[in-house]
Amino acid sequence: MDRFDLTGKIALVTGGGRGLGRGMALALAEAGADVVVVSRHQAELDETVRQLHAHKGQPLAVPADLSIPDAPREILTTVHEELGPVDILVHAAGLQVRKPALELTVDEWDKVQSVHLRAAFGLTQAVARDLIDRGTAGSLILVSSLTSNIGVRNTSAYSAAKSGIEGLMRTLALEWAPHGIRVNAVTPGFFHTELTDAMFQDPERREWMLGRIPLGRAGDADDLAGATIFLASDASAYVTGQAIPVDGGWLAG
Amino acid sequence: MELRFDGQRVLVTGGSTGIGAAVVQAFGEAGARVAVHYNRSAEAAKEVLDGVTAAGADGLLVQGDLTQLGVPERVVQEVADQWGGLDILVNNAGDMVSRSKIEDASDELYEQIMALNLRQLFQCCRAVIPRMREGGGGAIVNVSSIAARNGGGDGAVLYATSKGAVSTLTRGLAKEVAGDNIRVNALAPGVIETLFHTRHTDAGKWDTMMGTIPLGRAGTPEECVAPTLLLASKDAGSFITGHMLEVNGGQLMP
Repeated sequence: MDRFDLTGKIALVTGGGRGLGRGMALALAEAGADVVVVSRHQAELDETVRQLHAHKGQPLAVPADLSIPDAPREILTTVHEELGPVDILVHAAGLQVRKPALELTVDEWDKVQSVHLRAAFGLTQAVARDLIDRGTAGSLILVSSLTSNIGVRNTSAYSAAKSGIEGLMRTLALEWAPHGIRVNAVTPGFFHTELTDAMFQDPERREWMLGRIPLGRAGDADDLAGATIFLASDASAYVTGQAIPVDGGWLAG
Repeated sequence: MELRFDGQRVLVTGGSTGIGAAVVQAFGEAGARVAVHYNRSAEAAKEVLDGVTAAGADGLLVQGDLTQLGVPERVVQEVADQWGGLDILVNNAGDMVSRSKIEDASDELYEQIMALNLRQLFQCCRAVIPRMREGGGGAIVNVSSIAARNGGGDGAVLYATSKGAVSTLTRGLAKEVAGDNIRVNALAPGVIETLFHTRHTDAGKWDTMMGTIPLGRAGTPEECVAPTLLLASKDAGSFITGHMLEVNGGQLMP
Protein backbone atom coordinates (compact mmCIF):
# COMPACT_ATOMS: atom_id res chain seq x y z
CA MET A 1 0.00 0.00 0.00
CA ASP A 2 1.35 3.41 -0.92
CA ARG A 3 0.11 5.91 1.64
CA PHE A 4 2.04 8.69 -0.08
CA ASP A 5 0.43 8.34 -3.52
CA LEU A 6 -1.08 11.47 -5.11
CA THR A 7 -2.18 10.04 -8.43
CA GLY A 8 -5.26 11.82 -9.76
CA LYS A 9 -4.90 14.79 -7.42
CA ILE A 10 -4.46 18.36 -8.64
CA ALA A 11 -1.94 20.38 -6.64
CA LEU A 12 -1.51 24.14 -6.87
CA VAL A 13 1.93 25.45 -5.88
CA THR A 14 2.57 29.17 -5.59
CA GLY A 15 6.15 30.31 -5.84
CA GLY A 16 6.64 27.23 -7.99
CA GLY A 17 8.99 28.96 -10.40
CA ARG A 18 12.11 28.57 -8.32
CA GLY A 19 13.67 27.67 -5.00
CA LEU A 20 11.73 25.68 -2.45
CA GLY A 21 8.44 26.10 -4.31
CA ARG A 22 9.88 24.47 -7.41
CA GLY A 23 11.29 21.65 -5.29
CA MET A 24 7.91 21.08 -3.65
CA ALA A 25 6.16 21.15 -7.03
CA LEU A 26 8.52 18.49 -8.37
CA ALA A 27 8.02 16.38 -5.23
CA LEU A 28 4.24 16.43 -5.64
CA ALA A 29 4.61 15.48 -9.29
CA GLU A 30 6.93 12.63 -8.32
CA ALA A 31 4.14 11.36 -6.06
CA GLY A 32 1.78 11.37 -9.02
CA ALA A 33 -0.10 14.68 -8.79
CA ASP A 34 -1.00 17.00 -11.65
CA VAL A 35 0.86 20.13 -10.60
CA VAL A 36 -0.01 23.75 -11.30
CA VAL A 37 2.76 26.25 -10.67
CA VAL A 38 2.25 29.96 -10.11
CA SER A 39 4.89 32.66 -10.44
CA ARG A 40 5.33 36.19 -11.75
CA HIS A 41 8.14 35.09 -14.04
CA GLN A 42 7.26 33.25 -17.25
CA ALA A 43 10.82 32.02 -17.85
CA GLU A 44 10.95 30.41 -14.43
CA LEU A 45 7.54 28.81 -14.98
CA ASP A 46 8.69 27.43 -18.31
CA GLU A 47 11.71 25.81 -16.68
CA THR A 48 9.65 24.29 -13.86
CA VAL A 49 7.11 22.92 -16.35
CA ARG A 50 9.96 21.45 -18.38
CA GLN A 51 11.14 19.63 -15.25
CA LEU A 52 7.60 18.60 -14.31
CA HIS A 53 7.31 16.83 -17.66
CA ALA A 54 9.75 14.22 -16.34
CA HIS A 55 6.82 12.91 -14.26
CA LYS A 56 3.58 11.36 -15.41
CA GLY A 57 1.16 14.06 -14.21
CA GLN A 58 -0.17 16.93 -16.28
CA PRO A 59 1.66 20.20 -15.51
CA LEU A 60 0.22 23.69 -15.90
CA ALA A 61 1.79 27.11 -15.48
CA VAL A 62 -0.23 30.13 -14.38
CA PRO A 63 1.60 33.45 -14.41
CA ALA A 64 0.25 35.74 -11.70
CA ASP A 65 1.29 38.44 -9.25
CA LEU A 66 0.09 37.49 -5.76
CA SER A 67 0.50 41.04 -4.48
CA ILE A 68 -2.70 41.81 -6.40
CA PRO A 69 -5.77 41.14 -4.19
CA ASP A 70 -7.82 39.41 -6.90
CA ALA A 71 -5.01 37.08 -7.97
CA PRO A 72 -6.09 34.01 -5.93
CA ARG A 73 -9.60 33.98 -7.37
CA GLU A 74 -8.32 34.47 -10.91
CA ILE A 75 -5.75 31.69 -10.53
CA LEU A 76 -8.39 29.27 -9.28
CA THR A 77 -10.70 30.12 -12.20
CA THR A 78 -7.91 29.47 -14.68
CA VAL A 79 -6.95 26.16 -13.09
CA HIS A 80 -10.57 25.05 -13.01
CA GLU A 81 -11.00 25.78 -16.72
CA GLU A 82 -7.74 24.28 -17.89
CA LEU A 83 -7.19 21.31 -15.58
CA GLY A 84 -9.94 20.90 -12.98
CA PRO A 85 -10.58 21.55 -9.29
CA VAL A 86 -7.71 21.83 -6.83
CA ASP A 87 -7.24 19.16 -4.12
CA ILE A 88 -3.90 20.29 -2.67
CA LEU A 89 -2.54 23.79 -2.12
CA VAL A 90 1.07 24.65 -1.35
CA HIS A 91 1.62 28.35 -0.71
CA ALA A 92 5.35 28.77 -1.08
CA ALA A 93 5.45 32.19 -2.73
CA GLY A 94 7.33 34.75 -0.75
CA LEU A 95 9.72 37.62 -0.87
CA GLN A 96 12.30 38.97 1.48
CA VAL A 97 13.19 42.59 2.11
CA ARG A 98 16.33 42.25 4.15
CA LYS A 99 17.00 45.51 5.96
CA PRO A 100 16.91 46.90 9.49
CA ALA A 101 13.42 47.67 10.75
CA LEU A 102 14.47 51.31 11.21
CA GLU A 103 14.96 51.60 7.45
CA LEU A 104 11.99 49.56 6.23
CA THR A 105 9.28 51.53 4.40
CA VAL A 106 5.56 50.97 4.81
CA ASP A 107 5.33 50.07 1.13
CA GLU A 108 7.93 47.34 1.60
CA TRP A 109 6.10 46.10 4.68
CA ASP A 110 2.79 45.97 2.80
CA LYS A 111 4.30 44.19 -0.18
CA VAL A 112 5.76 41.45 2.03
CA GLN A 113 2.50 41.00 3.94
CA SER A 114 0.43 40.88 0.75
CA VAL A 115 2.38 38.09 -0.94
CA HIS A 116 2.83 35.92 2.14
CA LEU A 117 -0.20 36.53 4.24
CA ARG A 118 -3.04 38.13 2.31
CA ALA A 119 -2.41 35.75 -0.58
CA ALA A 120 -2.39 32.83 1.88
CA PHE A 121 -5.82 33.91 3.11
CA GLY A 122 -7.18 34.45 -0.39
CA LEU A 123 -5.82 31.18 -1.74
CA THR A 124 -6.86 28.98 1.18
CA GLN A 125 -10.33 30.55 1.24
CA ALA A 126 -10.83 30.07 -2.50
CA VAL A 127 -9.61 26.46 -2.45
CA ALA A 128 -11.57 25.58 0.70
CA ARG A 129 -14.82 27.06 -0.65
CA ASP A 130 -14.43 24.93 -3.74
CA LEU A 131 -13.57 21.77 -1.75
CA ILE A 132 -16.58 22.29 0.54
CA ASP A 133 -18.88 22.86 -2.47
CA ARG A 134 -17.63 19.62 -3.99
CA GLY A 135 -17.81 17.77 -0.67
CA THR A 136 -14.20 16.72 -1.15
CA ALA A 137 -11.45 16.40 1.42
CA GLY A 138 -8.25 18.31 0.76
CA SER A 139 -4.89 19.30 2.13
CA LEU A 140 -3.63 22.86 2.40
CA ILE A 141 0.05 23.46 3.13
CA LEU A 142 1.50 26.83 4.02
CA VAL A 143 5.22 27.41 4.01
CA SER A 144 6.32 28.87 7.31
CA SER A 145 9.84 29.73 8.41
CA LEU A 146 12.27 29.52 11.30
CA THR A 147 11.47 33.21 11.75
CA SER A 148 8.06 32.16 13.12
CA ASN A 149 9.99 30.67 16.02
CA ILE A 150 13.20 32.63 16.46
CA GLY A 151 14.35 36.18 15.96
CA VAL A 152 16.43 36.82 12.85
CA ARG A 153 17.59 40.40 12.46
CA ASN A 154 16.73 42.46 9.38
CA THR A 155 13.67 40.34 8.59
CA SER A 156 10.92 42.19 10.49
CA ALA A 157 8.27 42.18 7.76
CA TYR A 158 9.08 38.63 6.73
CA SER A 159 9.10 37.31 10.32
CA ALA A 160 5.78 38.98 11.07
CA ALA A 161 4.25 37.52 7.92
CA LYS A 162 5.54 34.02 8.57
CA SER A 163 4.39 34.11 12.21
CA GLY A 164 1.00 35.18 10.86
CA ILE A 165 1.05 32.21 8.50
CA GLU A 166 1.18 29.81 11.46
CA GLY A 167 -1.65 31.58 13.27
CA LEU A 168 -3.75 31.45 10.12
CA MET A 169 -2.88 27.79 9.66
CA ARG A 170 -4.12 26.79 13.13
CA THR A 171 -7.36 28.76 12.79
CA LEU A 172 -8.18 27.32 9.39
CA ALA A 173 -7.34 23.81 10.60
CA LEU A 174 -9.96 24.19 13.32
CA GLU A 175 -12.61 25.80 11.14
CA TRP A 176 -12.31 23.38 8.23
CA ALA A 177 -11.63 20.11 10.05
CA PRO A 178 -15.35 19.20 9.93
CA HIS A 179 -15.11 19.35 6.12
CA GLY A 180 -12.15 16.97 6.02
CA ILE A 181 -9.80 19.77 4.97
CA ARG A 182 -6.47 19.53 6.74
CA VAL A 183 -4.28 22.61 7.08
CA ASN A 184 -0.63 22.35 8.06
CA ALA A 185 2.67 24.13 7.58
CA VAL A 186 6.20 23.13 6.77
CA THR A 187 8.91 25.12 8.48
CA PRO A 188 12.07 25.02 6.42
CA GLY A 189 15.30 25.75 8.21
CA PHE A 190 18.14 27.35 6.30
CA PHE A 191 18.10 26.40 2.65
CA HIS A 192 20.27 28.09 0.07
CA THR A 193 17.84 29.88 -2.25
CA GLU A 194 17.65 33.31 -3.82
CA LEU A 195 15.89 34.59 -0.69
CA THR A 196 18.72 33.50 1.59
CA ASP A 197 21.64 34.04 -0.78
CA ALA A 198 22.73 37.22 0.99
CA MET A 199 23.19 35.27 4.23
CA PHE A 200 25.13 32.53 2.52
CA GLN A 201 27.45 35.07 0.90
CA ASP A 202 28.30 36.76 4.20
CA PRO A 203 31.04 34.62 5.83
CA GLU A 204 30.11 35.66 9.38
CA ARG A 205 26.37 35.00 8.96
CA ARG A 206 27.09 31.77 7.12
CA GLU A 207 29.27 30.50 9.95
CA TRP A 208 26.67 31.47 12.57
CA MET A 209 24.00 29.66 10.62
CA LEU A 210 25.84 26.43 9.76
CA GLY A 211 27.35 26.19 13.24
CA ARG A 212 23.89 26.07 14.76
CA ILE A 213 22.43 23.34 12.54
CA PRO A 214 22.90 20.03 14.38
CA LEU A 215 23.05 18.05 11.13
CA GLY A 216 25.88 20.37 10.10
CA ARG A 217 24.67 21.47 6.70
CA ALA A 218 22.08 23.66 5.01
CA GLY A 219 19.06 21.99 3.49
CA ASP A 220 18.60 21.30 -0.19
CA ALA A 221 15.31 21.17 -2.08
CA ASP A 222 15.19 17.35 -1.91
CA ASP A 223 15.09 17.49 1.89
CA LEU A 224 11.63 19.08 1.74
CA ALA A 225 10.14 16.47 -0.57
CA GLY A 226 9.25 13.91 2.10
CA ALA A 227 7.44 16.30 4.44
CA THR A 228 5.62 17.92 1.51
CA ILE A 229 4.30 14.66 0.08
CA PHE A 230 3.50 13.47 3.62
CA LEU A 231 1.33 16.50 4.37
CA ALA A 232 -0.30 16.49 0.92
CA SER A 233 -1.30 12.82 1.02
CA ASP A 234 -3.32 10.40 3.15
CA ALA A 235 -0.05 9.59 4.91
CA SER A 236 -0.96 12.46 7.23
CA ALA A 237 -4.69 11.69 7.47
CA TYR A 238 -4.79 12.38 11.23
CA VAL A 239 -2.42 15.38 11.17
CA THR A 240 -3.87 18.89 11.10
CA GLY A 241 -2.94 22.25 12.58
CA GLN A 242 0.75 21.33 12.79
CA ALA A 243 3.94 22.99 11.62
CA ILE A 244 6.60 20.46 10.70
CA PRO A 245 10.15 21.74 10.84
CA VAL A 246 12.58 20.50 8.20
CA ASP A 247 15.53 22.27 9.68
CA GLY A 248 18.36 19.84 10.40
CA GLY A 249 17.49 20.08 14.08
CA TRP A 250 17.71 23.86 14.53
CA LEU A 251 14.50 24.15 16.55
CA ALA A 252 15.53 21.33 18.88
CA GLY A 253 17.46 24.09 20.56
CA MET B 1 6.14 7.98 -3.70
CA GLU B 2 6.53 4.75 -1.82
CA LEU B 3 8.93 4.79 1.13
CA ARG B 4 11.22 1.78 0.95
CA PHE B 5 13.42 0.35 3.69
CA ASP B 6 14.92 -2.56 1.78
CA GLY B 7 17.44 -4.46 3.85
CA GLN B 8 17.33 -2.00 6.75
CA ARG B 9 17.35 -3.46 10.23
CA VAL B 10 14.52 -2.26 12.47
CA LEU B 11 13.66 -2.92 16.11
CA VAL B 12 10.18 -1.97 17.35
CA THR B 13 9.68 -2.24 21.09
CA GLY B 14 6.16 -3.11 22.17
CA GLY B 15 5.61 -4.40 18.65
CA SER B 16 2.91 -6.97 19.37
CA THR B 17 -0.14 -4.70 19.57
CA GLY B 18 -1.56 -1.30 18.66
CA ILE B 19 0.66 1.31 17.04
CA GLY B 20 3.73 -0.91 17.39
CA ALA B 21 2.12 -3.81 15.51
CA ALA B 22 0.93 -1.53 12.69
CA VAL B 23 4.41 -0.03 12.38
CA VAL B 24 6.06 -3.47 12.29
CA GLN B 25 3.77 -4.61 9.49
CA ALA B 26 4.48 -1.45 7.46
CA PHE B 27 8.25 -1.81 7.80
CA GLY B 28 7.94 -5.43 6.67
CA GLU B 29 5.89 -4.43 3.62
CA ALA B 30 8.52 -1.77 2.85
CA GLY B 31 11.26 -4.39 2.69
CA ALA B 32 12.91 -3.98 6.09
CA ARG B 33 14.04 -6.69 8.45
CA VAL B 34 11.94 -6.20 11.56
CA ALA B 35 12.51 -7.34 15.12
CA VAL B 36 9.28 -7.48 17.10
CA HIS B 37 9.87 -6.94 20.79
CA TYR B 38 7.16 -8.04 23.21
CA ASN B 39 6.84 -8.78 26.90
CA ARG B 40 3.72 -10.78 27.76
CA SER B 41 1.83 -10.98 24.45
CA ALA B 42 3.70 -13.92 22.92
CA GLU B 43 0.80 -15.04 20.79
CA ALA B 44 0.05 -11.58 19.43
CA ALA B 45 3.74 -11.06 18.69
CA LYS B 46 3.86 -14.32 16.76
CA GLU B 47 0.90 -13.19 14.65
CA VAL B 48 2.59 -9.86 13.92
CA LEU B 49 5.75 -11.68 12.87
CA ASP B 50 3.69 -13.95 10.62
CA GLY B 51 2.37 -10.80 8.93
CA VAL B 52 5.90 -9.65 8.28
CA THR B 53 7.02 -12.94 6.80
CA ALA B 54 3.82 -13.13 4.73
CA ALA B 55 4.89 -9.78 3.25
CA GLY B 56 8.09 -11.50 2.16
CA ALA B 57 10.27 -9.79 4.74
CA ASP B 58 12.66 -11.15 7.31
CA GLY B 59 11.75 -10.78 10.97
CA LEU B 60 12.38 -12.09 14.45
CA LEU B 61 10.86 -12.06 17.90
CA VAL B 62 12.61 -10.75 20.99
CA GLN B 63 11.06 -11.07 24.42
CA GLY B 64 11.84 -9.04 27.51
CA ASP B 65 10.44 -7.06 30.43
CA LEU B 66 12.05 -3.72 29.66
CA THR B 67 11.44 -2.43 33.19
CA GLN B 68 14.02 -4.91 34.53
CA LEU B 69 17.55 -3.57 34.69
CA GLY B 70 19.76 -4.96 31.94
CA VAL B 71 16.89 -6.15 29.77
CA PRO B 72 16.70 -3.17 27.36
CA GLU B 73 20.42 -3.51 26.60
CA ARG B 74 20.05 -7.26 26.13
CA VAL B 75 17.11 -6.80 23.73
CA VAL B 76 19.00 -4.28 21.59
CA GLN B 77 22.21 -6.36 21.56
CA GLU B 78 20.38 -9.55 20.71
CA VAL B 79 18.88 -8.00 17.58
CA ALA B 80 21.97 -6.04 16.58
CA ASP B 81 24.18 -9.12 16.99
CA GLN B 82 21.80 -11.25 14.97
CA TRP B 83 21.79 -8.83 12.04
CA GLY B 84 25.21 -7.23 12.44
CA GLY B 85 23.82 -3.84 13.42
CA LEU B 86 20.66 -1.77 13.65
CA ASP B 87 19.51 1.07 11.39
CA ILE B 88 16.19 2.07 12.97
CA LEU B 89 14.89 1.87 16.52
CA VAL B 90 11.24 2.62 17.26
CA ASN B 91 10.86 3.08 21.01
CA ASN B 92 7.17 2.34 21.15
CA ALA B 93 6.83 0.35 24.40
CA GLY B 94 5.02 2.19 27.17
CA ASP B 95 1.77 2.45 29.09
CA MET B 96 -0.11 4.60 31.55
CA VAL B 97 -0.11 1.67 34.06
CA SER B 98 -3.12 3.16 35.86
CA ARG B 99 -4.88 6.48 36.30
CA SER B 100 -4.27 8.19 39.61
CA LYS B 101 -4.39 11.69 40.97
CA ILE B 102 -1.02 12.90 42.19
CA GLU B 103 -2.19 13.05 45.80
CA ASP B 104 -3.23 9.40 45.62
CA ALA B 105 -0.26 8.11 43.63
CA SER B 106 2.16 5.78 45.37
CA ASP B 107 5.92 5.85 45.02
CA GLU B 108 5.60 2.42 43.43
CA LEU B 109 3.28 3.75 40.71
CA TYR B 110 5.71 6.58 40.01
CA GLU B 111 8.64 4.15 39.74
CA GLN B 112 6.64 1.80 37.51
CA ILE B 113 5.56 4.54 35.10
CA MET B 114 9.03 6.06 34.87
CA ALA B 115 10.71 2.67 34.41
CA LEU B 116 8.30 1.68 31.64
CA ASN B 117 8.05 4.93 29.69
CA LEU B 118 11.34 6.66 30.33
CA ARG B 119 14.14 4.59 31.86
CA GLN B 120 14.00 1.71 29.39
CA LEU B 121 13.73 4.16 26.50
CA PHE B 122 16.90 5.88 27.67
CA GLN B 123 18.57 2.49 28.04
CA CYS B 124 17.51 1.35 24.57
CA CYS B 125 18.85 4.61 23.08
CA ARG B 126 22.10 4.27 25.00
CA ALA B 127 22.57 0.71 23.77
CA VAL B 128 21.71 1.39 20.14
CA ILE B 129 23.80 4.53 19.52
CA PRO B 130 27.19 2.76 19.19
CA ARG B 131 25.64 0.14 16.92
CA MET B 132 24.15 2.82 14.67
CA ARG B 133 27.41 4.77 14.66
CA GLU B 134 29.29 1.65 13.53
CA GLY B 135 26.86 1.36 10.65
CA GLY B 136 27.32 4.97 9.56
CA GLY B 137 24.15 6.39 11.07
CA GLY B 138 20.52 5.62 11.77
CA ALA B 139 17.18 6.88 13.00
CA ILE B 140 15.46 6.67 16.35
CA VAL B 141 11.72 7.30 16.61
CA ASN B 142 10.46 7.65 20.17
CA VAL B 143 6.76 7.40 20.85
CA SER B 144 5.84 10.34 23.04
CA SER B 145 2.26 11.56 23.49
CA ILE B 146 0.02 14.58 23.24
CA ALA B 147 0.21 14.38 27.05
CA ALA B 148 3.84 15.54 26.88
CA ARG B 149 2.57 19.03 26.05
CA ASN B 150 -0.87 19.21 27.66
CA GLY B 151 -0.10 17.54 30.99
CA GLY B 152 -2.39 14.57 30.33
CA GLY B 153 -6.05 13.85 30.98
CA ASP B 154 -7.65 12.78 34.26
CA GLY B 155 -5.24 10.89 36.46
CA ALA B 156 -2.56 10.90 33.80
CA VAL B 157 -0.13 13.45 35.23
CA LEU B 158 2.64 10.95 35.94
CA TYR B 159 2.23 9.39 32.52
CA ALA B 160 2.32 12.87 30.96
CA THR B 161 5.42 13.69 32.98
CA SER B 162 7.22 10.61 31.69
CA LYS B 163 6.25 11.50 28.11
CA GLY B 164 7.37 15.09 28.61
CA ALA B 165 10.74 13.67 29.53
CA VAL B 166 10.68 11.49 26.41
CA SER B 167 10.17 14.60 24.29
CA THR B 168 12.97 16.44 26.08
CA LEU B 169 15.29 13.47 25.72
CA THR B 170 14.42 13.39 22.03
CA ARG B 171 15.42 17.02 21.49
CA GLY B 172 18.64 16.76 23.47
CA LEU B 173 19.73 13.43 22.04
CA ALA B 174 19.02 14.69 18.51
CA LYS B 175 21.70 17.33 19.00
CA GLU B 176 24.08 14.96 20.75
CA VAL B 177 24.18 12.38 17.95
CA ALA B 178 23.51 14.53 14.86
CA GLY B 179 27.25 14.46 14.13
CA ASP B 180 27.06 10.66 13.96
CA ASN B 181 24.37 10.91 11.28
CA ILE B 182 21.76 9.61 13.70
CA ARG B 183 18.43 11.42 13.62
CA VAL B 184 16.17 11.33 16.67
CA ASN B 185 12.51 12.32 16.49
CA ALA B 186 9.30 11.53 18.30
CA LEU B 187 5.78 10.68 17.34
CA ALA B 188 3.24 12.36 19.61
CA PRO B 189 -0.07 10.54 19.16
CA GLY B 190 -3.31 12.00 20.43
CA VAL B 191 -6.27 9.71 21.07
CA ILE B 192 -5.66 6.53 19.10
CA GLU B 193 -7.97 3.50 19.12
CA THR B 194 -5.83 0.93 20.89
CA LEU B 195 -5.83 -1.31 23.95
CA PHE B 196 -4.40 1.68 25.83
CA HIS B 197 -7.87 3.25 25.97
CA THR B 198 -9.64 -0.09 26.35
CA ARG B 199 -7.66 -0.44 29.57
CA HIS B 200 -7.65 3.10 30.85
CA THR B 201 -10.62 5.04 29.44
CA ASP B 202 -14.31 4.44 30.17
CA ALA B 203 -17.09 5.17 27.68
CA GLY B 204 -18.06 8.51 29.22
CA LYS B 205 -14.51 9.82 29.19
CA TRP B 206 -14.09 8.57 25.62
CA ASP B 207 -17.12 10.52 24.42
CA THR B 208 -15.88 13.66 26.14
CA MET B 209 -12.50 13.29 24.47
CA MET B 210 -14.06 12.90 21.03
CA GLY B 211 -15.72 16.28 21.45
CA THR B 212 -12.32 17.94 21.80
CA ILE B 213 -10.88 16.65 18.52
CA PRO B 214 -11.38 18.94 15.51
CA LEU B 215 -11.39 16.01 13.06
CA GLY B 216 -14.19 14.60 15.22
CA ARG B 217 -12.84 11.10 15.74
CA ALA B 218 -10.04 9.11 17.27
CA GLY B 219 -7.07 8.18 15.15
CA THR B 220 -6.16 4.62 14.19
CA PRO B 221 -2.85 2.80 14.65
CA GLU B 222 -2.66 2.76 10.86
CA GLU B 223 -2.68 6.58 10.87
CA CYS B 224 0.46 6.56 13.03
CA VAL B 225 2.32 4.42 10.51
CA ALA B 226 3.21 6.89 7.75
CA PRO B 227 4.32 9.57 10.26
CA THR B 228 6.68 6.99 11.78
CA LEU B 229 7.98 5.98 8.36
CA LEU B 230 8.60 9.62 7.45
CA LEU B 231 10.69 10.18 10.57
CA ALA B 232 12.54 6.89 10.13
CA SER B 233 13.35 7.32 6.44
CA LYS B 234 16.83 8.55 5.60
CA ASP B 235 15.44 9.82 2.31
CA ALA B 236 12.10 11.40 3.19
CA GLY B 237 13.17 12.50 6.66
CA SER B 238 16.76 13.39 5.80
CA PHE B 239 16.71 16.90 7.29
CA ILE B 240 14.24 16.30 10.14
CA THR B 241 15.64 15.78 13.62
CA GLY B 242 14.66 16.77 17.15
CA HIS B 243 11.00 17.10 16.16
CA MET B 244 7.81 15.94 17.89
CA LEU B 245 5.36 15.04 15.14
CA GLU B 246 1.88 15.51 16.56
CA VAL B 247 -0.67 13.06 15.17
CA ASN B 248 -3.78 14.15 17.01
CA GLY B 249 -6.55 15.20 14.60
CA GLY B 250 -5.98 18.83 15.58
CA GLN B 251 -6.64 18.25 19.29
CA LEU B 252 -3.49 20.18 20.16
CA MET B 253 -1.78 22.67 17.88
CA PRO B 254 1.42 23.67 19.64
